[in-house]
Amino acid sequence: MSRITLKVNGASHTVDVDPATPLLYVLSDDLQLHGPKFGCGLGQCGCCTVIIKGQAVRSCVTAVSTVNGAEVTSLEGLGSMEKPHPIQQAFVDEQAVQCGFCLSGVILTAKAYLDRNPKASDAEIRNAMSGVLCRCGANTRMLKAIGRYARGLKA
Amino acid sequence: MKRRQFIVRSGALVVSFGAARLAEDLGLGSLASAQRLNGAGSRQLDGWLAIKADGSVTAFTGKCELGHGLYTAQTQLIAEELCVPFNRVTLVQCDTELTPDQGTTSGAQSHPTNFNNADLALAGATAREALVALAAERLGVQATQLTIKDGVVSVTSNSARRVSYAELIGGRTFNLTLNPNAKRKSPADWTVLGTPVRRVEIPAMVAGRFEYVHNVRVPRMLHGRVVRPPSANATVASVDRRSVEGMDGVVGVVVKKDFVGVVAEKPWQAVQAAAKLNVSWTPGAALPSQRDLHARLRSATATRDTRMVDSGNVDAALAGAGTVVRATYLYPYQLHGSVGTACAVADVQGDKATIWAASQAVWPLRSSTAQVLGIRPESVHVIFKQGPGCYGINGADTVAYDAALLSQAVGRPVRVQLMRGDEMAWENYGVAYLVEQRAAVDSNGLIAAWDYESWAPTRGGRPGANAPGNLVTGTLAGFEPAAFQPRTPAPAATAFANNNNAVPSYVTGSVNGRAGGTGRIQAERVVTHGVRSTFFTGPLRSPERLQNTFAHESFIDEVAAALRVDPLEYRLKHLSDPRLIDVVTAVGKAANWQRRASPMLPIRRTGAASGRGMSCVLYEGDNGYCAMVAEVDVALDSGVISIRRLVIANDSGPISNPDGLRNQLEGGAIQGISRTLLEEVTWDDQKITSVDWRTYKPLFLSSQVPAIDIVLINRPDMPAMGAGETAVTIVAGAIGNAVFDATGVRLRQIPFTPERVTSALAARA
Repeated sequence: MSRITLKVNGASHTVDVDPATPLLYVLSDDLQLHGPKFGCGLGQCGCCTVIIKGQAVRSCVTAVSTVNGAEVTSLEGLGSMEKPHPIQQAFVDEQAVQCGFCLSGVILTAKAYLDRNPKASDAEIRNAMSGVLCRCGANTRMLKAIGRYARGLKA
Repeated sequence: MKRRQFIVRSGALVVSFGAARLAEDLGLGSLASAQRLNGAGSRQLDGWLAIKADGSVTAFTGKCELGHGLYTAQTQLIAEELCVPFNRVTLVQCDTELTPDQGTTSGAQSHPTNFNNADLALAGATAREALVALAAERLGVQATQLTIKDGVVSVTSNSARRVSYAELIGGRTFNLTLNPNAKRKSPADWTVLGTPVRRVEIPAMVAGRFEYVHNVRVPRMLHGRVVRPPSANATVASVDRRSVEGMDGVVGVVVKKDFVGVVAEKPWQAVQAAAKLNVSWTPGAALPSQRDLHARLRSATATRDTRMVDSGNVDAALAGAGTVVRATYLYPYQLHGSVGTACAVADVQGDKATIWAASQAVWPLRSSTAQVLGIRPESVHVIFKQGPGCYGINGADTVAYDAALLSQAVGRPVRVQLMRGDEMAWENYGVAYLVEQRAAVDSNGLIAAWDYESWAPTRGGRPGANAPGNLVTGTLAGFEPAAFQPRTPAPAATAFANNNNAVPSYVTGSVNGRAGGTGRIQAERVVTHGVRSTFFTGPLRSPERLQNTFAHESFIDEVAAALRVDPLEYRLKHLSDPRLIDVVTAVGKAANWQRRASPMLPIRRTGAASGRGMSCVLYEGDNGYCAMVAEVDVALDSGVISIRRLVIANDSGPISNPDGLRNQLEGGAIQGISRTLLEEVTWDDQKITSVDWRTYKPLFLSSQVPAIDIVLINRPDMPAMGAGETAVTIVAGAIGNAVFDATGVRLRQIPFTPERVTSALAARA
């Protein structure tokens, strides 16, 4: 066991865990966040995505020891129900959700990519999203919502 | 806002205090006991509705939200029937101690069940009429002289004379039974139902605040992981409990026949213990080869046969026909493959159990879990909490058994979330299929006889109230799957039913002199053969309906192509149902369908070829009309199919929420593309090998996102039908027909992988 300190959504937390524990388990169990979710545990689907140092990171395959001291942003760190981030608002406006389980992967992957590439074309955005899985088939709406948010960045 | 807070808060309340306390906290007070229906008392109005002292409405439904917008639509329904604002209604869904028993939320049955003149809709209408009667008495006027707005009943000619719902009945029970003659509001007067109200859950979901079953936490809760057999037929020889002794946090190892699991303080500890636990397995029989699957189905002798229609003259018509078209269509096993693995929390204390599950079937799960635990069904309380999209029976029920067994063994609440491979290797797969069809064509170029015969493997399925062995955990723990009972020959049909869509749309569907089908072909025979499956099977979105409709909609196209006629026009010549004709006509118009035969000539040999194809269905023979046009490009060198555009026309009766309906049709269409082009369960001689998203490749977010254009046909005066499974049913047929139009190559085996396309292209003349 090791004491590890994380700054998650602006608040500092110290946990005493096996350093090999995937970050996801710390976020969803020790800190009881609802945003990051266990989808595959293999880094293949995106459900567990968080943003660290501007990059979308798959927390299910990231040992917590490797992010000791890092600032972590999860879906709840972007905005709240009352004050959603513009990309969250775009998903509400497009009603771009079915079961909603995949949203951490969809929203945070798009956000991190567009933060670095605010002028990205639709084709580039699609390419950036190619490792994210939605099984309900909300694909068209999700890409529309991301496009709506991206246009807002360019405006 | 109230409802959102309720949704966010309710889970915590349930978790902390249980259902009775939830009812109390909802402000229902003495109304709470009226909700305890124990399964069958849903004729009591108080079981469906309560009006609190402040005039707000709490409604109770046995049909749950699965990501398809039903929570919002049902809230709209109650707001409409009771003439109150949408945000004054709170809906409580699927809790075996709080809500009416409406069986399973499945089969595109929630819209027909709760939005016609029964159940939830009838409760709303009964309550409104009761409130008007109370107001008439209170105000001393005839009911016909009253108007209702926002939960206030007033005299139409003098609105100063008024009384509110709160004053009439707030905080008290109705003590009425549902009135089968209660009159629903006319769709012409709807202001909430029929409008695109935004989904209630979405703000919480996009903000990462929504509580899924995965987020349920209860005091003293432990974490379990299961250890499934390493191969399909392996059994436990021995379990070395000492192999995990001394590991951090490990609380126990649980073995019950072939069920093995570990329990630990924290989830990662449970994962590590499950990986380290030394179990000796006795390998069972080898698996039959995947390559021969369909040949084995075709030659199976112990089959369960059903004759759905048989006019008795099909063989003669085929023998006498100048032209006979024949074709065989193959479908693989497919996964539900929910994006999150299944999770449940169980708290078993002595002879009582509380289960939080994302099950579509909380009441059957109560009974079957009781059987697994050896306690009484009345002692089990199942609380629905939403999980990832399930599309039928994913792992939600079996993981509830897992959690229950582990909790029973350790005497503390246990949360189990399956690992990816645990779920994918042991799911109740969507069934494989083989369909053989023959059509006799007469001298006018019309189909004179249609002959259909199919073989499909089944094992297990929904456990219902008393067959826990229908799921992997039940079988491992010692229960048998429901027995497979061969039956040959099939008895004659006694009534027409087409719930599996085995009967094609183009035949009359005549049984005992009554034509129940949607078509004109009179010489008809439809015989199905159930075969015992190697793997567990169960309903996967549009179960069997999709497989059959793919075969039918490809086959009618093959006949049209053989005759060199337009496939849309050719369909219309064989259809009799006006609403099916309407969706076919509407989709043709919206897609700007050019009337001509397929394939488009000249056939391209290099580069990319483009084509269009169509398909249609009356889902389950009575539950939603849908037609689709697919426009595709085929890369002739790589065999990759790209879907450029899908056009959909849908008629599910009155539209309850047009945006929700569109979302369902779009989702069905995209999921249909994934299933048509990519998805197939695979195995070797020992085990399932499609166990993650590399070995079972679905459609990811970027690729294959076509434009989707939708025509909604609203039928306010017709019964409500299902809409969740119409579009997904017809994607494969439309794409296959479009590929044929583009290339002249007929694809008869799902999925349409690039390998299959290139070998078919290479084989063409």
